[in-house]
Formats: sequence, C-alpha cells, structure tokens
Amino acid sequence: MRKLLAFVLVLTMVLTLAPAAAQEDLSGTKVTIFGAYTEPAEHDSFIAGLEILEAETGIDIEYQGASDFEVLITARIEGGDPPDIAGFPQPGLMKRFADAAVDLRDVFDMAYLQQQYNQSWIDMATMPDGKIIGVWNRAIVKSLVWYAPEYFDAAGYPIPETWDELIALSDQIVADGHTPWYAPMESGNATGWVGTDWIEDIMLRTTTLENYDNWTVPVALEDRLPFTSPEVKRAWELMGQVLLNEDYVYGGILTTLSDRFFDTGVALLNGDAYLAKQGSYMPGWLLEEYPDLTIGPEGDLNYFFFPPIDEEYGKPVLTGGDVYSMYNDRPEVRKVMEWLTTAQSLEPAIKAGTFMSAHQDVDLDWYDEANRGIAEILLNATSVRFDGSDLQPGAVGTGTFWSGVVDYINGEDLDAILEKIDASWPTE
Amino acid sequence: MSVSLQTESGVQRSTVQAVLSAAPVRIVVLLLCFLWSLPTIGLLISSIRPATDINSTGWWTLFGGGQPFNFTLQNYEAVLSAEGMANAFLNSLLVTIPSVVIPITVAAFAAYAFAWMEFPGRDFFFAGVVMLMGVPLHMALIPIMRIYTSIDLNGTFLGIWLAHTGFGLPLAIYLLYGYISTIPKEIMESAHIDGASPFTAFTQLVLPLSVPVIASFAIFQFLWVWNDLLVALVFLGTDNPDAFIVTSKLKELVGSKGQNWEVLTAGAFITMIVPLFIFFALQRYFVRGMMAGSVKG
Amino acid sequence: MSAEPKKSWGDVSLADILQRITLRLVVSLIVPVITFVAMWQSFIFMRDSEASKVVIAVVALVVGVGGVWILYLVTNNLVEQTPVSFRDALRPYVFVGPALVVLVIYLVYPAVNTIVLSFQDARSENFVGFSNYTYIFTEPDMLIVLRNNILWIITVVGFTVGLGLIIAVLVDRIGRWESAAKSLIFVPMAISAVGASVIWGFMYAAKPANKPQIGLLNAINVTLGNDPILYMNDKAINNFALIAIMIWLLTGYCMVVISAAVKGVPTELLEAGRIDGANEFRVFFNIIIPVIRSTLITVATTVFIMVLKVFDIVYVMTNGRRDTEVVANRMFNEFFKFGHYGRGSALAVLLLIVLLPIIYSNVRDLRERRKG
Repeated sequence: MRKLLAFVLVLTMVLTLAPAAAQEDLSGTKVTIFGAYTEPAEHDSFIAGLEILEAETGIDIEYQGASDFEVLITARIEGGDPPDIAGFPQPGLMKRFADAAVDLRDVFDMAYLQQQYNQSWIDMATMPDGKIIGVWNRAIVKSLVWYAPEYFDAAGYPIPETWDELIALSDQIVADGHTPWYAPMESGNATGWVGTDWIEDIMLRTTTLENYDNWTVPVALEDRLPFTSPEVKRAWELMGQVLLNEDYVYGGILTTLSDRFFDTGVALLNGDAYLAKQGSYMPGWLLEEYPDLTIGPEGDLNYFFFPPIDEEYGKPVLTGGDVYSMYNDRPEVRKVMEWLTTAQSLEPAIKAGTFMSAHQDVDLDWYDEANRGIAEILLNATSVRFDGSDLQPGAVGTGTFWSGVVDYINGEDLDAILEKIDASWPTE
Repeated sequence: MSVSLQTESGVQRSTVQAVLSAAPVRIVVLLLCFLWSLPTIGLLISSIRPATDINSTGWWTLFGGGQPFNFTLQNYEAVLSAEGMANAFLNSLLVTIPSVVIPITVAAFAAYAFAWMEFPGRDFFFAGVVMLMGVPLHMALIPIMRIYTSIDLNGTFLGIWLAHTGFGLPLAIYLLYGYISTIPKEIMESAHIDGASPFTAFTQLVLPLSVPVIASFAIFQFLWVWNDLLVALVFLGTDNPDAFIVTSKLKELVGSKGQNWEVLTAGAFITMIVPLFIFFALQRYFVRGMMAGSVKG
Repeated sequence: MSAEPKKSWGDVSLADILQRITLRLVVSLIVPVITFVAMWQSFIFMRDSEASKVVIAVVALVVGVGGVWILYLVTNNLVEQTPVSFRDALRPYVFVGPALVVLVIYLVYPAVNTIVLSFQDARSENFVGFSNYTYIFTEPDMLIVLRNNILWIITVVGFTVGLGLIIAVLVDRIGRWESAAKSLIFVPMAISAVGASVIWGFMYAAKPANKPQIGLLNAINVTLGNDPILYMNDKAINNFALIAIMIWLLTGYCMVVISAAVKGVPTELLEAGRIDGANEFRVFFNIIIPVIRSTLITVATTVFIMVLKVFDIVYVMTNGRRDTEVVANRMFNEFFKFGHYGRGSALAVLLLIVLLPIIYSNVRDLRERRKG
C-alpha cells in the first residue's frame, strides 16, 4: 500500500515539477524551516517526516521550533533574514508577511494544489490579489467532545446527537450527583482560546457559513458581521448556558479560570467531570503522565462529534492547522515545499498518532483507530471552517476576543464585552 | 555601627546601640528573609515532587498535613539529562562572560570621562544616556537585525555580545558614573599633581576604587544576560541548535504551550546556581570604607 | 602606557617635527590595523571553525574580553602621539567615543527608527501624522493603562527603594550573618521572569474551597474561613498581586546598590555623630541619608525606568487581561502580535516622553554635584 502510494506520489511530482527540478542534484544543499513545534512529541515526529526527504534527496533540512514564534518570525522577516520556510500556526499571522513570501502560483501548478487540498484550504492561503502564500500540512479537528468510557458508559449515558440532547445529558449527569463539564482555560498570555473555540463551533452550528466568513474574514469592512450582532451574541450565550452554570462545571467557574488547559483530560480520567470540549490534540497533553493512554470506545478516553444545534446548518467541523510559507526561492526550497504538500511528509507523525493531515492524498490506514475516526468526522463534515480567532486580525483574534471570553466567564456584562471587541477591529 | 565596625573603631557601645544591634534588628531581618524566601522555598519543595502531586496538594504537605510526601528527582533528571544541556551551559557562559566584561569596560571609561573630564556636549550626552535607558529592548530588535543581516553578523557570538553590550551600556554608564563622580576631588587632583596621565589615573586609581559598583553592575548584567531568552533567540539565531543557551533549552523542554511546566521547578534552580555563585564570589568586594581608606593613604 | 619621557618640542626643527609626527602616525596606525586584523581573524575563526567548542570558547573569551582593552590602549596611545593641545581635546572622546558609537548603533538608531514608525501606518507604508498618538490617547482602555503604570511606578519604586534602604542599613548591623541575609533577599533577582511566574503560580493558585489548595495564599484564606480568591481575575487586587512580584524581584537590586553606598559612608562621620550623642535614628536620617543621597537618586531612577518598561511579568501572568494592561505590554502586543507597527512605536515613544522629567532632574543633580 505504502509503496503504491509512494509511486503515485513520485509520479505526480514528476508530472508537476518535471521541467524545474526533476533531474537536479540537490544533495549537499541546505534548507531552514522555522516553526512553532517545540515539545518532543510534535517536534520529533514532524522531523521524522522531513528525514524521509533528506534520505531521498540529500538536502540537509534544519527545522527549528520556538515558542516565541510570533516575535522571532517578525524580527527575522522584518530584519531581512527570513528562514527559507516558515510554518505558521495562524494563517492571520502568515498574511501579515505576504509581501515577503514567494508567490506559490509560480512554484506549483494550480491543478496540483487542487488535487492535494480541499479548495477551502487553498482559499485560506490566498491573498485578495490572488497570490497564494502558503501550503497546509498538519490539520487539527476541534469539534470534539471527550469523555472517559469507564464512567460515561458505566452510567449508561447515550451519545448526544443534538444540542438539546447535550443539555439534557448534562442535566441528567447533575441529577445523578456528578459534574458534566470541565473547561479549564488558563493558558498564560493566551488564556481565553478555549472559549473562542466554543463560540466558533457554536457559530458554525447556528448561522450560515456566509455569516461565519463575514465574522472572521470579511472581504470588505462593510461586510463584517459585528460581534454585537444577534448571531454572535447568541453563540456567546449558548456557551454561557454551559460554562456559566456552576452546577455544570467541575469546581465551578473558579476552575475554568484558574486550572491549566492541558490538565483537561485529567479530570475526565479521574471521573471528576464527564465531558470536555477540546480538539484532536487533547490526548497529546496527557502522554507525559499517562504514557499508556488508549483512545477508543474501550479505551481510557473516547470522543464524540460536538453535536449540531440548528438542524439546517448540518454537521460543520471546526479545524485548525499549520501553514507553510516560502521566503527564499531556490530549487531545494521548492523541493521541501513540495514535500510538505504531500501527506507522506506527515506519515511518521500520523502513525505516531500525534498529527492529522490536511492533504487529500492521505491514506486512512496510517491512522490508528482513534484518529481514523476523527479523520472520518472531517471527511463526513457538511462544511469545514477554520478557527475564527486565528483568521481574525491579531488585535481581535489574539487580543480582545480572548480577553473578552475571560471577562465573560468572570461575569461581566456581555453587551459591553461585545462592543469592546468590535471597537478593537482594525479600521485601516 | 555594625558589630564589625565597632571592633574596628574601638568606640564603646552605648546602650541605644546595644539594643538596636541586638535582638530586634535580627528578628526584623530574619522575618524579611523568611518572607522573601517563602515563594522560593515553595518552588524548591515542588521541584522534588512528582507533577501529579504538585497539582493536587500544597507543597507545605512536606511539613505534615496528613498526606504522604513523595520524593522524586525526576524533574532534575528531565533537565540534566536533556540532550545538549551541557553544550547549552557552555554556550550560556560563552554568551554571558564577554557580555558582562565588555560593557563594564566601555562604561567605566565613559563614566570616568563624564565625571572628571571637560568636553563640549557633556551634559547633552549624559542626558542622552539616561534617556536611552528608557528605550524598550523590543523596539531595537528589528533595526539591529537589519544591520546584522547586511554585515553578516547574525547568529554569531560577536553579534550577541555587542547586542548585550549595547542594551546594558546606558545602565552601566549611569551606575558607574554615579559612583565615580563621588570620588573625592582631592584624590583626583593629587593623582594629577603626581604626573599621572588620565589613562594611568583611570587604571591605577579610578578602577580599583570603583570595584564595589563594578561588582554590583557585573552581578546584574550577568543575571540579565544569563536569564535572557529573547535577545539570544533573535541574534544567536533559531536555525542553529548547537548555539542554544540554557534558557532556550529549558523553553524547549517546557513545550510551546507550557505543558511540561514542572521541569521549570527544577530548571529554575539549576539555572540559578551559576548567577548565585557569581553573587557570592563578588560579594566580598562590597567592602566598607574603600574611599575613606584611600583619602588617608 | 604613557611612561615614555615627554620631549620638549621647542629645540627641534619643523621638518624634524613633521617627520616624527608622520612616523608616529604611521606606527600608531599600523598597530590598530594589526589589532583589528587579529580580532577579525579570530572572529572568522570563531564563526567558521570546526575546532572543538572549548578551543573556540577560549579564543572567544580572550578576544571578547581582552580585545576591548587592547582597543582602548591602542587608541589612547594614538592620541598620546598627537601634540598636547590636540591631546587634551581628543582624550575625552577616546574615553566616551566607543560608548557613544555603541549607543548610537544599538539604541539611538532604533529609537529614531521608532519615532519615525510612530508617524506611519500599521505596515509602515504611509505617513499618517499624529493619528497613532490620537488613537492611543482616545482609546477607552488607555486611561486604565496609564492608571496602572502610575500605580506600578509609585508602589514599586516606593517599596523597593524603601525596603532596599532599610534592609541595607539593618543587615549592616548583624555581623557575620550579613552575607547570608543579603543572599536570601537577592535570590529572586537570579530567577528569570518565566521562573518567577511558576513560583508565584504556587503562591496565587486557586482551587475550589472544598478541595485541597495548592496556592499558599489561598490555603491561608480557606483556613481562615474565606473563599479562595482568583488573584489574577479579581479586578480589585490583580494589579497589586502582579506588583508584589516585581517588588519581590527588585528589592534585591536596590539592597545591593544601596548597601555598597552605605558601606561607603566614612566611618569617621558615623563615629563623630555617635560621640556627639546622636541616637541611631538621627544617625540614619542626618548622616547616612545625606551621604548616600545621590545613590538613592540613582537607584530610584533606574527602578523607575525598569518599572516604566515593565513587561515580562504582565505578559506571562495576565497579558493585560482584567484591567492589568501596562504600556510596554500593549506596545509589545501591538507591534508583534497585532502587527500595528505605528501604534506599537507610538507607545514606545510615550515611554520616552515620560522620562523627560527624570532626565531633567538627573542632569540638574549632575550640575550641582560638579559645583559642590
């Protein structure tokens, strides 16, 4: 299977890049990639994928991850010393440096990109003038609710298929003397993102995609769906229905504000809480303490799809991911960029269970059972949209939206919060 | 009127002095020291506990409270056994030592000139130095990065020494000036009469007299450079893991979202050892009466 | 360095003088050139060498540490070769010159650059006049930001200088325990901002009242029968909780500098005061304080500037949420996270403007000292 796929891949490469790079000997050249993976699990499995290419071509690929990624990439690009390739966790940040990036329309055939990616991924890396500045690699699925089968199944609870069932389930758990939810948000200077994920997922389930897009990346300022609009306000209130209910949340609102987000799974495993809404990466936070953690219906943790709310909006999936931009145009850099457009670059990471792939050519057999289920959720989605706070201007998406969530959980007046967020939307 | 001073000078103790230098002073000092150490003690105890315990019970369970106390060195192991940690220590020293010595040298010369030489624009330059202390480091990163890119200084030790020199220089000049300018005029004049050139006066007289303030600035600069992460990442480069210093190594161990924060409990103590050693080593230079002694001499 | 005998210029011919000057100039130019080439070579060696790390380290230390001294020596000798009248005019610049060059490159140029950016738009493409300044002063949150900075400055400068002074004077009296006590107060200085945030995490952490607390302060709160407090979320106390960290960090700094000055108070003065029958409080206020006055100004000025630029603690702990924003954190976020270079720069310029009165008082102090 793998060989066949590799063959197909090589074939596509030859077809798409034949004139430029096919015969060139790239051994001994060096390519630098700067990104945000630092912890060993992410870093090592991503490197393993790059090593396959190194072995094939002889290119020396140097990947460096840094946690102060935003600052360092700003300094390097504005300082005139960009890395060959940069991997952004937020497309909004990537777009800030669009001028410095190589136009990937000159590197890849449009048909090739469309074959490798769902159109919506390509759109998210396209500038208004049509310039394509990024290719996607890792994907994250955010529309998941996690639970521990040991407690959940023992109580005989059903998997909720709608929002109303989810609320009914929460009430049932409370009635049974337990606590349904755990949503710790403390994340240092990024505190609040847990809540923005809730609101975005709810938005997708309660309004049109057009509204979601106008809320996150309006084409023109006058198209923007303001935070004060009834649609957005309703999404906040629905989140509040769960997170502001002292009975629903383990330890009450206090733990939501004070506990660290990466301990989310611990409360599930201990049976302190029954449900937690978090992305596909959540088990990764537990591996240090629970190296033998298993995922699945019989495992330590399992997940279900964050249920639809208003029927007419189907089963939308909220995603995240990493997008790679190219700053120096050399044959070996093109080669590495091309490698990143293939699912094969992630094969070791996928098999290690750490990453999901954004590519169309991914082989579902690479996933373990748990991640395959998540990949299927993504494939079965009626619509897919990217994390809105990562798309919005930084002043909102990494600023007032995050702090607004914290204010809301603290019990501040919602209208005032929403007005404040709207006021921070850049007008230039 | 410290005890040591008393014995030195041989002045008899008055009752007031006896009371003040005895119990109450010691108690106040002890109390302040305890308060100041409390957070650090908490960290020290946490560093020898497993992460799950740190998260579920307070560190003071060591002193009783019903729960058993689980002792572990795994946090220290995680830091010390990390690949490239020894290299990172070497790099940190390599970055720090010249980044302390160069600004002190440059600043001492400048401070001496500000204090004891007449030249046009002296006040203007001095005002500039004070003002430059207020320039936020972050605003300097990109312009300097541009210069470095054009002269190929990115990712070199020389580049980072000079950067730390530049950022530390205003404070160094300011502190050293504050001290050097208080050297009694008579000392400087006597040196002049003895026919010493300004350079000789500087090396033979001013520098030895300024040892206490040089020692204190050395400690601060050492701490700031040793604990710096941002300047090292920007100017030493992110492409070269061989050039990682201790702070960047620790940050890497902790993870991009801070998941493995427990290694910081041990990491904080491991990184503290070198600067504290420097502090102890330099403390003996904070000696009394250097200036007074030289007046007599 | 200048040990060579000074010759009188009167009894030699003009040609002789010119010849000698030329010769001296050539020699004194060759020496710097050789020095420079040697340093450059070792720099290339350090950058490109495959030699063992330790060898490179030794070369680096010798060059980094010794090279600067050699540069001063060489330039000083260069100046010593010039006629007397030149020499006296040039010498100050040999002493301050290198410092000024470094400052111009590393701080003046970035500062000027920042000022220019502050009059430009988000991406530094067009000039926009004062609109960034209008924005930062009309933004509704700005009042809170300014209030916070004032609060930080008053409390941190007051507490750290006050405590540093008290501790410096007190530890001076406890004899052989002085060194140990100073070390304990100093330890926080040795901890990085990230380390400090972990430490204070253990102080401020909150768990529900019915669970064991892991934060010391809330453990005390709950034992006293109160509810646990969210120190970073409660708007009435979160700023003070952050300020406490800064005070904890900086008191050691103040203590060390002030302590050096206290030890510089001439023994004769103290003895004279005591023999005159002054009690310890009068010795403190009438002798110690006046003598170390300029050190106190120095310390207060530096702490003022450090607090004005406070960033790390706020960034790591709250990132300005819940009304804890300060100017430098906002500047950092505008610049690096929100990508608005104009506003970020305008906030940086604001920090410099606030410094003007401090600079004025320092220069005035400098002039007074020179007169006295």
